[in-house]
Amino acid sequence: MKSFTRLHGIAAALPTANIDTDKILAGRFLKTVTREGLGRVLFSSLREQPGFVLDQAPWNEARFLIALDNFGCGSSREHAPWALLDFGIQCIIAPSFADIFYTNCLKNGILPLKLSLLQVEHLMSLAEDPRTASMSVDLRDQILSYHGGETSFDIGAQEKNDLLNGVDEVARTLTFAASIRSHEMIRDAQRPWLAGTLRAPWETKWYNVTREDAGESR
Amino acid sequence: MLPGPRTLFQKIWDDHVVARVNGDAVLLYIDRHLVNEVTSPQAFEGLRTAGRKVRAPGATLAVADHNVSTDDRSNGITFGDPESRAQVEALERNVRAFGLPYVPLADRQQGIVHIIGPELGLTLPGGTIVCGDSHTSTHGAFGALAFGIGTSEVEHVLATQTLVQRPARAMLIRVDNELGQGVTAKDLVLHIIGTIGTGGATGHVIEFAGDAVSALDMAGRMTLCNMSIEAGARAGMIAPDQKVFDWLKTAPLAPKGGELDAALAYWQTLRSDEGALFDKVLIVDASDVSPMVTWGTSPEAVITADGIIPDPSALSDPSKRTEVAHMLNYMGLQGGDRISGTPIDVAFIGSCTNGRIEDLRAAASVIGDRRVAPGVRAMVVPGSGLVKAQAESEGLDRIFMDAGFEWREAGCSMCLGMNADRLLPGQRCASTSNRNFEGRQGPGGRTHLMSPAMVAAAALAGCIVDPRVARQ
Ligand code: SF4
Repeated sequence: MKSFTRLHGIAAALPTANIDTDKILAGRFLKTVTREGLGRVLFSSLREQPGFVLDQAPWNEARFLIALDNFGCGSSREHAPWALLDFGIQCIIAPSFADIFYTNCLKNGILPLKLSLLQVEHLMSLAEDPRTASMSVDLRDQILSYHGGETSFDIGAQEKNDLLNGVDEVARTLTFAASIRSHEMIRDAQRPWLAGTLRAPWETKWYNVTREDAGESR
Repeated sequence: MLPGPRTLFQKIWDDHVVARVNGDAVLLYIDRHLVNEVTSPQAFEGLRTAGRKVRAPGATLAVADHNVSTDDRSNGITFGDPESRAQVEALERNVRAFGLPYVPLADRQQGIVHIIGPELGLTLPGGTIVCGDSHTSTHGAFGALAFGIGTSEVEHVLATQTLVQRPARAMLIRVDNELGQGVTAKDLVLHIIGTIGTGGATGHVIEFAGDAVSALDMAGRMTLCNMSIEAGARAGMIAPDQKVFDWLKTAPLAPKGGELDAALAYWQTLRSDEGALFDKVLIVDASDVSPMVTWGTSPEAVITADGIIPDPSALSDPSKRTEVAHMLNYMGLQGGDRISGTPIDVAFIGSCTNGRIEDLRAAASVIGDRRVAPGVRAMVVPGSGLVKAQAESEGLDRIFMDAGFEWREAGCSMCLGMNADRLLPGQRCASTSNRNFEGRQGPGGRTHLMSPAMVAAAALAGCIVDPRVARQ
């Protein structure tokens, strides 16, 4: 997990509710095996339309994105936050987020910031004017400052702590190895059928994709 | 202290808490981890970089489904493009390197991960199941806690067999009475999403209950739980009953003999206690549910098959008006028109929502001696190799092919535009899948979600039809 402490930059408004992850990153761009380079195809269908906000200065440099309810609904693809991050967006402000997307943001050092609809609408109106579109956020103090004002915001203690410290979550969990082991022992005693007993490889033949694709048969 | 009455979700949760991490965040043990080719490459890369192993290979199963071609495989497999192939190859390299069980593409058990998990008996009541795919909620039909995760979490589960989780809120959706003749689980779930909206269950785990839910077969229950994510839910689940136990008696990897008896005794306890508190409750009258079809680009944009497409100019809320107008523009539809009679170009029967044998039977049953309407491309894509084999043994493949449907190999196919099966810009599709987002089935494609019987009826008529009228 990357760390997040504070951020200053331009905010772009996307005044739409239920922006789904297919819209953020279309399915046909999911074929990558790395995390990088997806900023180019962020919001690809919207960017085909002339005048899309993220293609206009100063918002082509946006660090904040402001949207309406249920941002990031749909698929679990972490490619959506990767694309946002690759573009430069590090903080998303909305009245509500879809659950998996919210978690995926945190894992990538993106701050998903929940504010009331009224506040979000005010910020959107500021973001639409280049003269007032700059904002800053300080996660430690939980303050978002914008043209003519500031507001505090809520975030869970766990999420805040992890973002600030950029913890390696796997490494932290591995410190619980003894508890995991004892859970498995209790499971084996009480619900042994849940123990995973699949074996690799699968009993039947493998498919050599490369060879088959070259036209040879199995 | 005696525990008070608990919900089904709470019971499964309590049985899987490994440790408290911080505040209300816990380490939750994961019993089954399904891995696909799309959301795993970066997770394996993360393990490699950190020099980590997979903690429980025997609890993990990998299969490729999103990218695979559904063309005939008798002479080997092809892919639409080199990137699709590269992703499947990466999965094959990773499962070899990390020693993971894998269902190869040539195996007759290959298929969509959410179809083969239950078929194989990997999906068990009271277990926790995750997959880097939001429709993991499907497995909740067996009384499991099953939810989709992102790639970072895939890596976390591979390395630790746990996830850091905060408790979800519990929501009860009770469906009373009986569904009408010809009304399916797909119609019910579209009706529910239309009622509560795509954010209606955000932060909640839904438990579906009530007479109409008990009356559903396992396929219908999986359809219902599958689409709970479309209402924003973290997971959907149904308390296990005899139908679940009967299914598991024949599933190859489910417990057998004395272990099965012990499991059954435990599974019987998996229901919400009398008096358990839910944070949210929705009561639906099944007799109010009609055959449903979506008209817009969100699963909540849904009407009855005999309904009228909403007219934006009649809406008072300006943002709603813009949203509806935008959707209609994308969909090429006129507000105020009847949805039935809208001509279609493609009919797609398949996906993890409706790619099971029961769905294919339902679709085949409306065909009779009719043929696919001229100019319509109609395709049937079984959800797995086993579904395909079963359908062929029942002669369903002949019924479909004789009527002019394509009979294809298992995979996600036209549910999403990742493989060669895609809509062309502007094409309109009657689809049994679960998402009608812009471009979901291919850039510029227009999706109408509905039940398998309705898609088959649309393929024959060449337009969207109300199945109750069509049958007469
Ligand atoms: S069938 Fe569709 S929804 Fe299901 S796993 Fe495949 S792509 Fe996802």
